[in-house]
Amino acid sequence: MGILEVYLPIAGISLDVVGLLLLGAAVGFLSGVLGVGGGFLLTPLLIFIGVPSPVAVASSANQLVGASLTGALAYWRRGGVDFLMGVLMLAGGLAGSAAGVWLFALLRRSGQIELVISLSYAALLAVLGTLMLIESSGAWLRRRRPGGQRHKLHQHNWLHGLPLKLRFRRSKLYISALLPILLGFLVGVLSAVMGVGGGFITVPAMIYLLGMPTAMVPGTSLFQIIFVTAAVTILQAVANNTVDVVLALILLLGGVIGAQLGSRWGAKLRGEELRALLAIILLAVAAKLVFDLTARPAFPFSIAPVEP
Amino acid sequence: MIRCCALILALLILPAAARAEQPLLADLTSHLIAITTGFTGTSVVLFGATDGPGDIIIVVRGPERDVVVRQKRHLAGIWINAHTVEFTGVPSYYAVFSNRALDRIAPAGMQALHQIGIKNIRLDPRDPNRPADEIATFRTALLDEERRAGVWSERPDSVSFLGDRLFRATIAFPSNVPTGTYLVEVLLLREGNVISGQTTPLVVSEIGLNADLGEFALGNPWLYGILAVAGASLLGWLASLAFREA
Repeated sequence: MGILEVYLPIAGISLDVVGLLLLGAAVGFLSGVLGVGGGFLLTPLLIFIGVPSPVAVASSANQLVGASLTGALAYWRRGGVDFLMGVLMLAGGLAGSAAGVWLFALLRRSGQIELVISLSYAALLAVLGTLMLIESSGAWLRRRRPGGQRHKLHQHNWLHGLPLKLRFRRSKLYISALLPILLGFLVGVLSAVMGVGGGFITVPAMIYLLGMPTAMVPGTSLFQIIFVTAAVTILQAVANNTVDVVLALILLLGGVIGAQLGSRWGAKLRGEELRALLAIILLAVAAKLVFDLTARPAFPFSIAPVEP
Repeated sequence: MIRCCALILALLILPAAARAEQPLLADLTSHLIAITTGFTGTSVVLFGATDGPGDIIIVVRGPERDVVVRQKRHLAGIWINAHTVEFTGVPSYYAVFSNRALDRIAPAGMQALHQIGIKNIRLDPRDPNRPADEIATFRTALLDEERRAGVWSERPDSVSFLGDRLFRATIAFPSNVPTGTYLVEVLLLREGNVISGQTTPLVVSEIGLNADLGEFALGNPWLYGILAVAGASLLGWLASLAFREA
């Protein structure tokens, strides 16, 4: 038991403030070093420390509003945000988050939301962890990167055939408006169901699928994440009453400090080794989730109040 | 300190009252449990007097609600909530305190009549047409889960007598205690029969900033959501300013 416990009104449990600040700072540090949002690590860790998974998901989204705003402001000052692209992704993202929150409420009523959250996280973290481990160990061993990968992801003909083409001056692109809208929609659904910003999907997709210049990608992605996570937070509060603002703000406070330390230290630390370490953490979290799903449960029964 | 003095005073006065005519008189040191920001569970002392030797059973029941019991089944390699039974009017908190084992105080029939003991709590399935063995299995599971969550408990030997007539018990509430109006029923038994009973209300309520937040979140979810976003944005913006200076 912690020294300074705080009662979380929506989660309905008491947790140690210092522990929560440290958790937020640790995840923020990693995201500062590696330039990822960290939502995909924060949500499962909250579940492990006893926060009900629907509350963990919705409160992580709330936390991400502030974390992504801090990040986006830093990129905006350097001119690294393509607002037209961001707004289009946002339009898709808002529709996606509404669909995601509706799906979330449906799953919650049928008693399967915990299962879906665990399964999605197990799959996501296993894939991300494996990819990062391969990539970082490859770089570490100074192996030549497989050159064909880029070309496989460039589906020029098909993408150029889509209608509603727009000129994106900042990104120096002339592509269909449907692409960022669809990408935004997909990430909006993920954000609602999993409490993640989705940077780990939008960033590679913006580079390889849309062909955006690398300098514009993180700022634009963060810009769009602010509004999508804001929409998810409000919709979750209304539809499911699962946003714990006390939890979110404590995590955010730790998170912004950790992220600053992380981005300063990041320059001094060895990137590949850190990425390999994160990959191992992700795989361990995925393994724990899979174990919890497949092992014979100690208590096969569970109880919950009937939602009116 | 004040509470302690009140207790001593009450214990001095109570026997006189009991001697007058009441076979049983009891009260709580507090009728309100306030769940505040730092709430990690609390306890309330129940004290009282009888008109002579006997057994004391205290039954504390929290507000009732409907509960769904889900059973995990092994499907396609993973454990999935597959089977459910709903029960209505389930007490959200239930605790029995007594001066010795319940079975030594009263026969099973008397315990069942007064719903004394976890196994005697009345639980009605929402759909009474479900097979009886299924209802029985889920009923047992519900009892186990409530006990495991610490909100249902049986505590024999938790009522202590001071002499023949004065008694006291400490009623402990865990940090996950449900809010609402509780009923504290004190029973005096002799040779297995209920001689006298007294019921006292007890209110468990969230107070302070967090209670207001919880209530606000339910009552005005749109504004709550918008303010949650505004709070996070403000903190994010301040952080951005603070670290730009540095």
